[in-house]
Amino acid sequence: MSRLFMFEKPLGMRDTLPELYETKNRVRSVISEEMKKWGFQFIETPTLEYYETVGSASAILDQQLFKLLDQQGHTLVLRPDMTAPIARVAASKLLKEDLPLRLAYSANVYRAQQREGGRPAEFEQIGVECIADETVSADGEVIALMTSALSEVGLQEFQISVGHIGFVQELFLQILGTEERAQALTKFLYEKNYVGYREHVKSLALSSIDKQRLLDFLKLRGGEEVIEFAFEITENEPGKKALHELKQLWNIIVDYGMETKLKFDLTLVSHMSYYTGILFEVYADQVGFPIGNGGRYDLLLQKFGKNTGATGFALHLDRLLEALGELVEKNPILCIIFSDERRREAFQLAKEKRAEGIKVVLQDINGVKNVDGCTSQYDDISFLIGKAGRGPAE
Amino acid sequence: MNDILTIAMPKGRIFEEAVELLRQAGFRLPPEFDDSRKLIIDVEDEKFRFILAKPMDVPTYVEHGVADLGIAGKDVMLEEERDVYELLDLKISACYLAVAGLPNTKMNDVAPKVATKYPNVAAAYFREQGEQVEIIKLNGSIELAPLIGLSDRIVDIVSTGRTLVENGLVEYERIEDITSRLIVNPVSYRIKDERISDLVDRLTNVINEL
Repeated sequence: MSRLFMFEKPLGMRDTLPELYETKNRVRSVISEEMKKWGFQFIETPTLEYYETVGSASAILDQQLFKLLDQQGHTLVLRPDMTAPIARVAASKLLKEDLPLRLAYSANVYRAQQREGGRPAEFEQIGVECIADETVSADGEVIALMTSALSEVGLQEFQISVGHIGFVQELFLQILGTEERAQALTKFLYEKNYVGYREHVKSLALSSIDKQRLLDFLKLRGGEEVIEFAFEITENEPGKKALHELKQLWNIIVDYGMETKLKFDLTLVSHMSYYTGILFEVYADQVGFPIGNGGRYDLLLQKFGKNTGATGFALHLDRLLEALGELVEKNPILCIIFSDERRREAFQLAKEKRAEGIKVVLQDINGVKNVDGCTSQYDDISFLIGKAGRGPAE
Repeated sequence: MNDILTIAMPKGRIFEEAVELLRQAGFRLPPEFDDSRKLIIDVEDEKFRFILAKPMDVPTYVEHGVADLGIAGKDVMLEEERDVYELLDLKISACYLAVAGLPNTKMNDVAPKVATKYPNVAAAYFREQGEQVEIIKLNGSIELAPLIGLSDRIVDIVSTGRTLVENGLVEYERIEDITSRLIVNPVSYRIKDERISDLVDRLTNVINEL
């Protein structure tokens, strides 16, 4: 291993400097306020979890986990997402009589990356989980909350694409017959390789009608009408049930008055293997990656011994900031530069200004070598130097 | 909203062929793009912006969303494994990836070496065959490697096979057929849905007629 440079950081790790921190904080607080207004309660969980429990329950690929050993030799992971830890807490502590539980979080998650571009290894997610409510209303609620939070924070142009993993599985299983063959085809969707998908379909021993159904599947993207098209290529009951759920979701979002942000994309599948039903991604103009995603995961809680479903979303805070662009109307800071003679007066002034809500820096003039350089950092300057009663010295 | 479609393209022959396909699909593109040094070409009539990039970099521009679409060889897609949609086989610039070397030679038993511009593809291929090889990454003129004893084999794209013959090399195995693909950024695919679908449909018609 080569020697590290003094300022080097591990791959994918970032510092947040004051200006960005401020912006991030403001966005975070607007979103979390909205979540609280919808009755979601914030929780925190540890950064480290056991690999055997949360680590393996999480849907993040094994090679993306940061692993380390504790003193007893157990393998630990830096949490790769918040959904699995929250499922653990909910299953062990909070789920009483399986009443619906609405939890929120904002936390850093960790995923080892091979390449840096666009993918930090540590990043903040802010999101909610609605646990133990298996209705489509719960899916609608989290989508509506996400929409509302994004509007509240000032994001104008965004779009949510909704799919249904159950529909995809049922359609493939029904046409292809076996789980194995269905998975082989689904893999092309995960890899976003539609050329490979089409070639694979053409190579299968299927009737031309079935082939056409599988090819038409790739076109199931758009507005409400997509559901009707999907009904035309679906024959079995579980597949139709999935479509009814999507239709119901549409009606729910219409009742929230938010349908302009919603589109269907039934080809949407996620590498997050724990999704079992409705799933979605949210995109903003000008950002090349989804700014958030979510969906229903009815099997994750079973891994923690509770037989109930859940749904939620997570927003990728950094990408959201990118989508929002420059939005800092910076809060001005007043700097009072004082000398010993007028120290008391300076402290009094600072106290008054702070009480008015103004940010005040108190700076002893002897502490700065370059006064001009110091004053240029601040928006407003007061000099309280020299003998009391004399005007401000320049 | 930004209604320009940005398309990243490799310079050279693929660009010419792709532009021809777009013309056949009914897009009004100027008869020729004269200033070949320009890296960004705007076609205002069709609201297109072409970005001319190194072939290997096209998927990177598309993954990051600075280009909505791109045209990239399957070889590059296999090597780079970027998170983009591979929507259409344009069936242009056909060639294939192959293993080649000097005639009548065997791979070194101790440490067989393979030189290539495609280290990921080559490594994966030989792993699948259960062969342990050392991969040596080169950036061009791969044919040199076996001639001067740098490697036993090379993995490279072959279109006519002439370069191999002229350098006294033979093909040992064919890995995969390669053509150019239309690739799309996942966000653009949703946000610029209608324009991209229109483009894809029109191109599909042209390709199927060929």
